[in-house]
Amino acid sequence: MMGPAASSRLAPWLFLSPFLVIFVVFTLYPLARSVVLATHQTFGPEHEQYVGARNFAAMIADPLFWTALRNTFVFALASVFIQLPISLGLALLIERRGTPARPLWRILLFSPALVGVVFAAMIFGIILEKRTGLLNVMLHNLTAGAWNLDFAWTQQYVMSALIVASHWMFVGFNMIYFVAALQNVRRDLAEAAVIDGAGSIDRFRHVTLPAIRPVAGFVVLTSIIGSFQLFELPYLMLNQTAGPDNRGLTIVMYLYQVGFEVGDLGYASAIGWGLAVVLVVCTVVQRLLARREEAAV
Amino acid sequence: MKQRSWIAVGLLSLAALLTLAPFVWLFCASLKTNEHFFGSTLLPLREQGLGIDWSKLSFENYRRLFQELDFARALANSVFLSSVTGLLATFCCAAGGYALARFHFRGRGLVTACVLGAMLVPAPLLLAPGYQLLHSIGLLDSLAGLVIPAIAPAFGIFLFRQASLSSVPVELLEAARIDGCSEFRTFTIVALPLIRPMIGTFLMMTFLGVWNNFITPQVVLQSPERFPLSVAVAQFRGVYYQDYGLQMAGTVIGVIPVLILFLALQREFVSGLTSGALKG
Repeated sequence: MMGPAASSRLAPWLFLSPFLVIFVVFTLYPLARSVVLATHQTFGPEHEQYVGARNFAAMIADPLFWTALRNTFVFALASVFIQLPISLGLALLIERRGTPARPLWRILLFSPALVGVVFAAMIFGIILEKRTGLLNVMLHNLTAGAWNLDFAWTQQYVMSALIVASHWMFVGFNMIYFVAALQNVRRDLAEAAVIDGAGSIDRFRHVTLPAIRPVAGFVVLTSIIGSFQLFELPYLMLNQTAGPDNRGLTIVMYLYQVGFEVGDLGYASAIGWGLAVVLVVCTVVQRLLARREEAAV
Repeated sequence: MKQRSWIAVGLLSLAALLTLAPFVWLFCASLKTNEHFFGSTLLPLREQGLGIDWSKLSFENYRRLFQELDFARALANSVFLSSVTGLLATFCCAAGGYALARFHFRGRGLVTACVLGAMLVPAPLLLAPGYQLLHSIGLLDSLAGLVIPAIAPAFGIFLFRQASLSSVPVELLEAARIDGCSEFRTFTIVALPLIRPMIGTFLMMTFLGVWNNFITPQVVLQSPERFPLSVAVAQFRGVYYQDYGLQMAGTVIGVIPVLILFLALQREFVSGLTSGALKG
């Protein structure tokens, strides 16, 4: 028998043991391994050859990598500057005084967040298609046949099609965070502002915005991180290709193609590190901006 | 003021319409066979007179899914993967998060740093080395290769640590120990009931995450009989490219059950989702 002292010394380690084992085996080891892999060229999982920093040099010179980075960046910009304002606007509409049936609106607009990206890609792949597409048929009817567009398969519309589909999925999801944040707005301050004759724009700037700022920072950061990991949506909407002129190629799609279609896990790992660097830079920039704003308030 | 309320409700209605339209379109599309697929946007109308031409609608796509394409197998795989991973991950994360929050031990700072650090690692970075690892330990193309790496995510440890810090009082644990409870009993009898809301939320989040996950099973699995719904449905996009009705019926099966399940339990789910942002 163990004494109580020994058992309570051991207990936390026992409780944490699943995490520790999984962390070491499936996070720490692969992480270290990806550093090694990034300096190798591989042919399938078993054959590899040391190439030093050549993978990274190849990546810098690889026009497809830059195309993927640019596409992903455009998508992230749209998420932050189009999608989040819509999410915030809807949250404000729901939470404003006098809106009936608040819980109903919340859950209705949130519901697409429950749909997996794969399934949403299946739906929008066909909705945005030329012959059958819901959107195209509507445009066709409205313009009496003058417009007949193949959204997902025309170069200049590929990114817009992806953005439309992602908005359907995530506008309501991010809205829920803003709805939660708006519960922090102090009623007494809002009412005092009304009595002082503040207009709705002033009230938003001086009462609402400071209260939701921490959550807004969190949502911006998760949107950027999520956007940079975009894969399933373009991969399936574009029928397992990168679309015309690689307009739908994203970083993770390129990583997948290189690692699992070509079979070079080494170059795929180098791309993975490229992604990690981009994400770290985004996180640091967002933190710095948030801190400067907090200092300014 | 009254007039503005109407504008707000109008805008919300427009947003709701745009949100629901793809669901309605999806369900209608799944009832149409290919020959009638292009004929109408939503439901086929009668050629003479008004109303819907019911004769052009059928459950033929669903019949083919289950009788010809062994879709029940994919459904069973998804149910198995989501529920087993959900239950194991919930238990492991609850135990780990509780230990991190309520025990003082040497190394706690280091473990906490590991949890926070692991949350920062972008998942796609681990795809290639993870694939190689599963290959070398013989777990490639097995359901175990999907479940085992997912049973103790750092994110879950963090959520349960926060939940334990805010809702498990130290005095209660001390009282249980003085009464002679073992540490395991103290955890299951005292702590678990107190963090019940987080258990519900996390179980649902994990279930949904696994159900909707595509890239991991796509990389790990090779045998079609092990595919979950997400991968099985995505196959249609390649193999049955022209068969739109079939694709949409498969998508309905992937979407509707979780939608119903989660709408029924939405209160807990939604409140838990945001707790990471508000308390973290």
